[in-house]
Amino acid sequence: MSHLTDLPPWAAIAVCALLLLGAATTLIGSLGLLRLSDFYERLHAPTIATSGGTILICLASILCFAVLQGRWVFHELLIIFFVTVTTPVTLMLLGQAALYRDRFEERQDVPRKPRPALDEE
Amino acid sequence: MIELAIIWSVLLAQSMLALAMAFALYRIARGPRAQDRILGLDTLYVNAMLLLLSFGIRTANTVYFETALIIAVIGFASSIALAKFLMRGEVIE
Amino acid sequence: MRTWLPYPLLSTGLFVMWLLLNQSVAPGSILLGLVLSAVLAWVTLKLQPARSNLHRLGRAFGLAVHVVGDIIRSNIAVTGIILRSRRRPANAGFLTIDLDLDDENALALLACIVTATPGTAWLEYDRRLKTVLIHVLDIENEALWRRTVKGYEAQLKEIFQ
Repeated sequence: MSHLTDLPPWAAIAVCALLLLGAATTLIGSLGLLRLSDFYERLHAPTIATSGGTILICLASILCFAVLQGRWVFHELLIIFFVTVTTPVTLMLLGQAALYRDRFEERQDVPRKPRPALDEE
Repeated sequence: MIELAIIWSVLLAQSMLALAMAFALYRIARGPRAQDRILGLDTLYVNAMLLLLSFGIRTANTVYFETALIIAVIGFASSIALAKFLMRGEVIE
Repeated sequence: MRTWLPYPLLSTGLFVMWLLLNQSVAPGSILLGLVLSAVLAWVTLKLQPARSNLHRLGRAFGLAVHVVGDIIRSNIAVTGIILRSRRRPANAGFLTIDLDLDDENALALLACIVTATPGTAWLEYDRRLKTVLIHVLDIENEALWRRTVKGYEAQLKEIFQ
């Protein structure tokens, strides 16, 4: 059923190594989401999954289809580009929202706004 | 021999990605606050996209890429909308 | 030239993206891609994004190499912190850094670089004081983080002026 076994051995080893490494990186990123104790600490965890995991798995996929189909297919570069560009934007917005809410609730462990009297953007 | 190794390592990678999805789901269910849940959702969609890519490798089928790309686009839009909602919608009532 | 292609870089990027999505270089998809990239650049003109003139695009390559190296290094560092976090909780903290960048696009790029690096997250930029609030996962190396951000800032200044 699987045509993956048609790969020559060197390509198969490279694809499997990239895939396993990418999956392990993603797993560690999600483990960070599980284990770290504070929201601002957890904010750092997904970037591992996106920068490490996505790039490695997409590279595995590029290599796999390039060898199987005998031509270079760079479709996955779009996914790499899109994910690496959009994740920081999401995380920045989320961080700002969390900061805003924490300040609104006057939590003590969050830095105050530098000049509260002049603000609103 | 090498065929068996390939099949098992792809399976192993897929189960690691599934476990990563489970961790993200735990964070969504557990919270404790709304921003934690959105962060979990963000991680969940990235992990789901990677799982689809690995399905594509396993079955040697390129149809999965379109799905992965669509998940990436829609997940991004929904995370941004939710984060914006947190900033403007819920706190000031 | 300026009236037909107001944003040459954006149009080129869109055109390449279109070809990648289609996975073909047939005349039809090239023609449609050219038309689409020109029209979408026109649409962007209506949004009036902040313009900045790029100097020395060659330096951007150096910056990219620098960023990739830093991301790989801090990926490994953050992996270590997460795996050890059960025994030794992460020592995280906030950091305020003074910036001297005026260009909007340069600031946006700096924010993306800082957030894309695991271990640092850009939280808030204060336009009046020109300071940025950054959260770092490993506050012990505070001086190192300050130096890293300052280094990016200097490189971006050279590119954007």
